[in-house]
Amino acid sequence: MDKTIQTAAEAVAQIPDGATVMIGGFGGSGAPIELIHALIDQGARHLTVVNNNAGNGHVGLAALIEQGRVDKLICSFPRSADPGVFVAAYRAGKIKLEIVPQGTLAERIRAAGAGIPAFYTPTGFGTDVAEGKPVAVFEGRSYVQERWLKADYALIKAELGDPHGNLTYRMAARNFNPVMASAATTTIAQVSRLVPLGGIDPEHVVTPGIFVSALTEIPNPAQEEDLNRAEAIYP
Amino acid sequence: MIDITEIKLSNAQIAWRAAQDIEDGAYVNLGIGFPEMVAQFQPHGKQAIFHTENGVLDFGKSPDKGHEDWDLINAGKKAITLNPGTSFFHHADSFAMVRGGHLDVAILGAYQVAQTGDLANWSTGKGGIPAVGGAMDLVQSAKRIAVITDHVTKTGAPKLVDTCTMPLTGVGCVTRIYSSLAVIDIEVAGFVLREKIAAISLDDLQSLTGAPLHLDGPLQELACPKELA
Repeated sequence: MDKTIQTAAEAVAQIPDGATVMIGGFGGSGAPIELIHALIDQGARHLTVVNNNAGNGHVGLAALIEQGRVDKLICSFPRSADPGVFVAAYRAGKIKLEIVPQGTLAERIRAAGAGIPAFYTPTGFGTDVAEGKPVAVFEGRSYVQERWLKADYALIKAELGDPHGNLTYRMAARNFNPVMASAATTTIAQVSRLVPLGGIDPEHVVTPGIFVSALTEIPNPAQEEDLNRAEAIYP
Repeated sequence: MIDITEIKLSNAQIAWRAAQDIEDGAYVNLGIGFPEMVAQFQPHGKQAIFHTENGVLDFGKSPDKGHEDWDLINAGKKAITLNPGTSFFHHADSFAMVRGGHLDVAILGAYQVAQTGDLANWSTGKGGIPAVGGAMDLVQSAKRIAVITDHVTKTGAPKLVDTCTMPLTGVGCVTRIYSSLAVIDIEVAGFVLREKIAAISLDDLQSLTGAPLHLDGPLQELACPKELA
């Protein structure tokens, strides 16, 4: 078994119009910039994107939105140092927004990966985000029912990867990447270094390969923060 | 109405006061922006461990300019550094720490706090783009929820109110407010005044507060280091 794919372009080639795509990262940390740019080049439209944020500057997720590819965004925090692209699309009515509290977003994704269709959380009880959702009382406290959040594809970024798709991450770039890997039908990882089988100590594997469909090596991946400081625009 | 511009505490002084109540060994989450400042004023001999939602526990100060590693950031997307003892974890684990009640204290900013402990801090409800982040999770689940805030808005309206008019972040969650004029607990009776700055009278403080201030035991002076003014 070898899940390795030569290029980012080949890795994202099958993503169709209308797909729901989870994109890992928290701000720029852990964002799979090269896979997102390959998806822009590939041309898929009418996407629903799940990400913690809504892009920053004119690269990565912001560029995908700027190119008009995203119909709906599910996120917790659509603000950034330079959120202009999302704000313009939102104000023009070109993109729908579903705001999800960050912990609920993470748990909805985790639940999907774990086969749990719904769960109860104290988060959001009595607020606008709980509107229309079932509420139940456990041990005297009220909880809101939230449902799993699945995706057709997940685009994630990891540090080391082996041909079976076992992954490690680098520092806080881990964030949403492991849970998203488990919640999508097809998970595509860009890894900064591809190592042979046995090249990752089993004790250090964070995402076991069962959650990963394909991986491609992108050495020295771009950091969104660096691109934005250089005022980069993609494409 | 009394002009408080000259007498109110600076943000650094409010953050300093909030930091004095963080116990040694506490696991603490600081909201993005102003609350992050609390970490600078850890009293000597009290070591808090800071949690950031994006998956880091026990992180250090900001790095020097030019030494940032953008894979190592806090929830405010600012660069941080490692401590001996730092750990990394994914988002679902991070919010298990939050929802599971493992954090001792969360300190957040506020648009409005009601005398019932309701907090509004995520959306003005006026057509701005809402952004909730991790606030709704934090306010329901940390053992102690404190707010640091100016006592009134830029236009002089009370931020401590009878009932929040803005969309809620959480219901009945805030237990202590560190404002630019006072330290106020939220108890069954409502706002209980614990400390106020010497330069404001009780009547003037009440006139700037949107619900009754109750007294319970001795009222202390809220005194902060002058060099932080």
